Amino acid sequence: MISLQELNTIAEIPKEEYVLKCTSACAGCSDSLALRYVLKAAGPDTVLVVPACCTSVIQGIYPNTAFNIPVYNIAFGAAAACASGMSNAFRATGKKTNVIVYAGDGGTLDIGIQAMSGAFERGTDFLYICYDNEAYGNTGMQRSGATPMGARTTTTPTGKIDAKKDIDAIIAAHNPPYMATAAAAYPQDLFKKVQKALTFRGPSFIHILAPCPPGWRFSTEKTVEMGKLAVKSGMWVLYEREFGKLSINPQSKAAMKRPIPLEEYLAPQGRFKGIDAKILETLKQNLAKNIRKLSAEEVEE
Amino acid sequence: MKKIATGNKAVAEAVKQVQPVVVAAYPITPQTEIVEQIAEFVSSGELKSRYIPVESEHSAMAACIGASVTGIRTFTATSSHGLLYMHEMTNWAAGARLPVVMANVNRSIGPGWNIWAEHTDAMQERDTGWLQVFVSTVQEAYDTTLMAFRIAEHNDVLLPVMVNLDGFTLSHIMQPLDTVETGDFIPPMYLPHAIDPKNPAGYGGLTGPDQHFKFRWDIERSMRDSVKIIEETEKDFADRFGRKYGFTEDYRCEDAEVVVVSMGTLGKEAEVAIDQLRKEGIRAGSMRLRWFRPFPRLNLKGKEVVVIDRDYSFGFGGVLAKSIQAQLKTDVFSVIAGLGGQEVTYEDIADFVRKRRIGEESWFGVNANV
Repeated sequence: MISLQELNTIAEIPKEEYVLKCTSACAGCSDSLALRYVLKAAGPDTVLVVPACCTSVIQGIYPNTAFNIPVYNIAFGAAAACASGMSNAFRATGKKTNVIVYAGDGGTLDIGIQAMSGAFERGTDFLYICYDNEAYGNTGMQRSGATPMGARTTTTPTGKIDAKKDIDAIIAAHNPPYMATAAAAYPQDLFKKVQKALTFRGPSFIHILAPCPPGWRFSTEKTVEMGKLAVKSGMWVLYEREFGKLSINPQSKAAMKRPIPLEEYLAPQGRFKGIDAKILETLKQNLAKNIRKLSAEEVEE
Repeated sequence: MKKIATGNKAVAEAVKQVQPVVVAAYPITPQTEIVEQIAEFVSSGELKSRYIPVESEHSAMAACIGASVTGIRTFTATSSHGLLYMHEMTNWAAGARLPVVMANVNRSIGPGWNIWAEHTDAMQERDTGWLQVFVSTVQEAYDTTLMAFRIAEHNDVLLPVMVNLDGFTLSHIMQPLDTVETGDFIPPMYLPHAIDPKNPAGYGGLTGPDQHFKFRWDIERSMRDSVKIIEETEKDFADRFGRKYGFTEDYRCEDAEVVVVSMGTLGKEAEVAIDQLRKEGIRAGSMRLRWFRPFPRLNLKGKEVVVIDRDYSFGFGGVLAKSIQAQLKTDVFSVIAGLGGQEVTYEDIADFVRKRRIGEESWFGVNANV
């Protein structure tokens, strides 16, 4: 097991694979890319609780599974509650097994939010990870509460009018000991954050940006690039909160000072093609507001 | 040990003795007293369970599922809207072959808000793969809850069990209760498919059209196997503790020309009605159905049958009446009575028998001629 020291190179990440070859993920999928590092960080004494989402499909079709750890699949709105029962059962019988929910944005921000809120409020000893591809990917890219304003989905054919739900603020309001944002494009950072999250007793949360080539309509070799552009434009801010205290990642600090134009992030994505000028302007304003808010909070501390 | 208890307290008493590792529950009238009592047992240390005060019934069942699959014993209790709210997860518990035990305090479904006894809540769960048993006394609620754990956890069954007791007419009435020393009546739980990180496996993942039906059949196979396990368990219970149950409780049925079939507390009321009718020279009997799933073969050959349903399947009929009619391949007199706590006395039941019209359906209080 690697300690929480800085990992300088990707070579320091364990060689053990828990996401094996021949998953049924799409080419360029960042859900499975992120999960690969999540599980390397968590190690073998882990149970993954998965509600309906892309990961339900990616693991393979019965009797096969491409995941080399136990995976408990559960109904869409029930992941956090199921994990809550599982964690209590393990702890009651003296087991330290990590219980990790790995849920999409629909299963987290929309249908699963009640069970998640309850599990956080009850101080459940688990890690909840939301991998966010900003739509219902598995069912064919319908809009979710996580879809950003302006993005076209199969249920917002002319672009979403409403803003992305701020799930991180909602989670922060539950005062978990640890929460963080991450991106599949920054595996070392993700690895460290998962390891750190699992050292806390009680609920922790990691929100991973997971660019989706077929859903966002960009070419499959650009998955990592897309995640990096999200961070460089300030659309996605990498940070962590330990007992409420905010620390913004250096990459994001740099980006927040001198963000690249938002268009550089949006242009390669077909879902933003022909975005309404007013909506683009609102997106930019919201982005700037979020950066100001986070910067001010960090300075204050 | 002899004491006085409500139906709710009797269930909680049984749960305390069985010591589930995890209890996850949400309050709802008239079930609340069960979980309050359990919470009290947990805080006093008499019950060494983890009590998870979930934020909904959907989560109550989901938490029981997540706990149960680690190989430990679980319990929850609910009622009415709570049961309906967890419907997705009751299906999951049965499909995942997890021996969760649940008390359901039968109550009607809104609107309008009505907190009184009705069986419609349980009827809406009848196709989920849960074993369902209906009790009629405080003692029976206690005894059956004990037996439910042994039956559910038996490796020939591994299906969840729902113990149904009528809201208020049983949940809140006080009767004598004789508790027992369970000893080794309920063996430790062993779940062959318990989650184990040392032997990783996928649970409930994508299952194709070439496989899914096999799992459905397996539920039915175990449901059929459960008949023997129920009989064995009830016999062992009778041998050890002296109280005998069965798939049905038959009262003066042997020589009866007409038999009243019902479930829950109305079945006890029916016994009083039978005595009354016998005095009038009517050879009547009562058959109270205890186990609704698996549904037993009923010994009613050559008898006229009056079925009381405290439920209704709209556009079809009383669920019990239609089930019995289908099994007997003969007409019955179907009475719909007691919905939403409607008062039904033994005198009313006697009247159903006196004025029976085989082949017809009658809603008590609605049709002028009943």
